[in-house]
Amino acid sequence: MQFKKIIFIILVLGFLLLVNYYVPRRMNPYLFQILILIGINIILAVSLNLINGFTGQFSIGHAGFMAIGGYTSAFFTFYFGRNLVPSLTSILLFPWLAKSVIFVSALILGGTLAALAGLIVGIPSLRLKGDYLAIATLGFGEIIRVLILNIDAVGGARGFADIPGYTNLFWVLFFMLVTVVVIRNLINSTHGRAFLSVREDEVAAEAMGINTTYYKVYAFVIGAFFAGIAGGLFGHYLMYLHTNSFTFMRSIEIIIMVVLGGMGSITGSILAAIIFTILPEFLRVVKDYRMVMYSLILIILMLTRPQGIFGLKEFSLLTIRNIFVRKEQVAK
Amino acid sequence: MIENSNLLEIDSLNVYYGAIHALKGISFHIKKGEIVTLIGANGAGKSTTINTISGLLKPKSGAITFGEKRIDRLLPHKIVEMGISQAPEGRKIFPNLSTLENLELGAYCRKDKEGIKRDLERVFTLFPRLKERVKQNAGTLSGGEQQMLSMGRALMSHPKLLLLDEPSLGLAPILVKSIFNAILEINQQGTTILLVEQNAHMALQIAHRGYVLETGRIVLEDAASNLLNNPQVKEAYLGG
Amino acid sequence: MINGIAWGSIYALIALGYTMVYGVLRLINFAHGDVYMVGAFAGFYAVKWLGLAQEPTIFGAVAVFLLSMGCCGILGFVIERGAYKPLRKAPRLTALITAIGVSLFLENAGQLIFGADPKFFPQIIAKKDVISSGGIILTNQQVIVLGVSLLLMVSLQLFVLKTKTGKAMRAVSFNREAASLMGISVDRIISITFVLGSALAAAAAILVALTNPKIEPLMGIMPGIKAFVAAVLGGIGNIPGAMLGGMIMGIAEVMVVGYLSSTYRDAIAFAILILILLFKPSGLLGGFTGEKA
Repeated sequence: MQFKKIIFIILVLGFLLLVNYYVPRRMNPYLFQILILIGINIILAVSLNLINGFTGQFSIGHAGFMAIGGYTSAFFTFYFGRNLVPSLTSILLFPWLAKSVIFVSALILGGTLAALAGLIVGIPSLRLKGDYLAIATLGFGEIIRVLILNIDAVGGARGFADIPGYTNLFWVLFFMLVTVVVIRNLINSTHGRAFLSVREDEVAAEAMGINTTYYKVYAFVIGAFFAGIAGGLFGHYLMYLHTNSFTFMRSIEIIIMVVLGGMGSITGSILAAIIFTILPEFLRVVKDYRMVMYSLILIILMLTRPQGIFGLKEFSLLTIRNIFVRKEQVAK
Repeated sequence: MIENSNLLEIDSLNVYYGAIHALKGISFHIKKGEIVTLIGANGAGKSTTINTISGLLKPKSGAITFGEKRIDRLLPHKIVEMGISQAPEGRKIFPNLSTLENLELGAYCRKDKEGIKRDLERVFTLFPRLKERVKQNAGTLSGGEQQMLSMGRALMSHPKLLLLDEPSLGLAPILVKSIFNAILEINQQGTTILLVEQNAHMALQIAHRGYVLETGRIVLEDAASNLLNNPQVKEAYLGG
Repeated sequence: MINGIAWGSIYALIALGYTMVYGVLRLINFAHGDVYMVGAFAGFYAVKWLGLAQEPTIFGAVAVFLLSMGCCGILGFVIERGAYKPLRKAPRLTALITAIGVSLFLENAGQLIFGADPKFFPQIIAKKDVISSGGIILTNQQVIVLGVSLLLMVSLQLFVLKTKTGKAMRAVSFNREAASLMGISVDRIISITFVLGSALAAAAAILVALTNPKIEPLMGIMPGIKAFVAAVLGGIGNIPGAMLGGMIMGIAEVMVVGYLSSTYRDAIAFAILILILLFKPSGLLGGFTGEKA
């Protein structure tokens, strides 16, 4: 079993490397950029779904965590990582390996700091509920933004330029898979039931001996960690960061993906992330009316499918099979 | 006092709460001037019936006719305007408003100042306690006073039909008695009453007729005095 | 300081709209800041249409106020009926996302219709110093800002406390079902609440435009958020609370700009917000008691 798993992982990694080699060469750069952004948005949406969808809390500060991760990892690679490349290369032999080690450590550092921030935000969530928690997280996100705006070492209002462009398709897909797998396993574990119980009925969960506080903070920390990773990938892809990318509108965009995908559906979040990354691009056809259309589509979707496109359901090959099986039974 | 014409007629009413089939095709009627009581256990569908008459719930099928008119598709406030008001379960008074303001809200849809004044006096004669508390915030009233306020508030719209949902809930026996006396008096002044009660004994003593509701169906219907002596009813609802 | 009070009363006016709507619907109406923006533009076009830019008159100024408030009242009505009413029974998050959608729609439609570039609101009341003694300078514009907003707030308070509709509003905000059993048309009360809140936002917009004439389609975002914070600060759902919260907010901001740096101006709102939420989540004057989970 263990052996099979390892083979599977190696196969997946190999596949990712192959994709990473071929896709950028065959695809036009515009589509490639959309692909990268889809990957990053999937990480953001799935990680927010853990907080909003699965534990039923309401955070609108996800962009704040993303900003922390992005700026931290960029700070690391910009000031230290770059200078470490030559010396690390002499140990690890290959420059690409050295860069990868630095990049991954930068991302993890960014994620960890974001997770720490998640811990700090998670603590007030013990006392706040619903709308109040939403406002607090909104405030938190904005404070982060204003603070970064006032730090000169990361460019302040000018933006943070010349970040090394370490992000490639491999890393985006890799971390996307990690996020999805980790959060999926978390939900399907006994912990997962605890998360869901917090969403369904906090008092009842408490009465059953579930430490609801612990799970709420836990969700914030894990969610923030992956948002931080997404921020790092984002910064090292654009090679430039500006606080304008992390306004509360950015948080809202992620929430839209979570809600429309269906709160509590990972596959729903993934599909919604894809749709809502591509949709604005499609709407370029209507030029000036683009954002007006976008907001109208949003309103109409909410009015017609308030439970999200997928509701609580997970979408998988199994569901397709089930549909067919059911049809056959009906036919009989 | 009781006339032979039906004030309210309910015909094969089906109501769902989400997936739960709460009322399974019930039919009954209330004559002008009557006190009719619905008795039954928790979850039998008593409050559902009352809330459907008031328009808070929409029936899936069936008809509710009040006087000559169908009311089952009307919004709650229209139904109040037509002359049906409710004193809901749990009283639902407005705690941050004064007693007087609560009563004034009861007369929200009326324009006749004289009539409102008369009805206010009527409520105060019925429940003198409320007059003493007139400026007080309703949230500070005792449970019994809140029940009086809830009923008084419902009377302020000068209804033809008064719906009472569990008026004795959570009250001390002595208070229950005075509430039921008030119900009798309201009826004698000419208001038709539909009374939903868990306290079947008290309800059947003042009612003219009664219906027994079990899991969404009417299983018995009779004059209240007969129901009081019915062995089945005795065993199930009157404590043997 | 006077500047702070002036800004504070503006925030208070906008905050009232948030608080009232939250009271009856339990909805954070994200589009409220954008209604404020539309108010400014409605005023701008009203000035043009009435030809007031050349010769300002008192009557003209009053007319601009009323026209703009009317426009926004209608807009508030349309938003509520079109976007929120179908969602009465939906989960609150759904309504919230819809509100955000409406907000985005107004901002972007605004950029299309009014143009993305800032416009300058003509001076409909010429600036004059009324009092200037002991270092305190009070312009007639500041007097108007304070006077008008005070007038509006007092009339709103009287409306809510004394009139039948006002009482119905309080009943609806406590318990919608019980209110409907009183014969109150809940939909009508909710609409009235939106109309009133939107009209107040429009008034706030015109008052701001008197002293800060630059108007643009995205101008509603920041004041909107800050007014919302003010509403939370005073205890959301609580009308005097919104007024107090607005005042504190305005004064705190002006102080921060004066003693620290203007780049922190926007952060102060959120810092206040988080402190309040941590230590007194129900707001300074407490919320309503009717909240159910």
